[in-house]
Amino acid sequence: MTDEVRRIVKEHGRLPVDVDSLPADADLYEAGMTSHASVNVMLALEDSFDLEFPDHMLTRDAFESISAISAALGQLLHQEAA
Amino acid sequence: MPLRVGVDLVPVARVEETIHAHADRYLNRIYTERELGDCRTETGVNPERLAARFAAKEATMKVLRPAGEGIPWKSIGVRREPAGWVELDLSGRAAELAEDAGVAHLALSLTHEGEMAAAVVVAELYPKEEET
Repeated sequence: MTDEVRRIVKEHGRLPVDVDSLPADADLYEAGMTSHASVNVMLALEDSFDLEFPDHMLTRDAFESISAISAALGQLLHQEAA
Repeated sequence: MPLRVGVDLVPVARVEETIHAHADRYLNRIYTERELGDCRTETGVNPERLAARFAAKEATMKVLRPAGEGIPWKSIGVRREPAGWVELDLSGRAAELAEDAGVAHLALSLTHEGEMAAAVVVAELYPKEEET
């Protein structure tokens, strides 16, 4: 899952740095991701994983890093499977 | 009265790209019906106006200071008055945060020129009662 999240962040996050070189816990906002780019990342994640982020999960923290996004996705997928 | 100020800048091209990539799903997740109505033209939705409204949402979040908490994008809405100026409509969690912060009044200004759109939000807060 983390590899797919990284691919989507790379493609849609419009970061001014090489996403492949970022540690999974690196702060994406500090690396240059804007709020609008985070919306693009969210929509692309929804397409890729066929799910929808509820409003309460659309937080700065949830999209702060590749590992945070993966954790949020894992939580959503777990809820859908339950 | 104490004040808070928020400002944000959005490249119009980013909004155009997202409309192209995600169309209605992007529009309906982020913007209120009122905002979409105000941005609609004979040729479709106007990306400059949308970019300015996205900037307004971000500028308002800077004023509300949610500290990592998620605020639904549509709980911050821009309303264009018939005479041309714009006002903010807060609902749900955004309205609660404004109340908690003691916001008495909010003022908004939008602009877009060429490739960029920007918004400034000023919040006037009720003065806190001094402890005795």
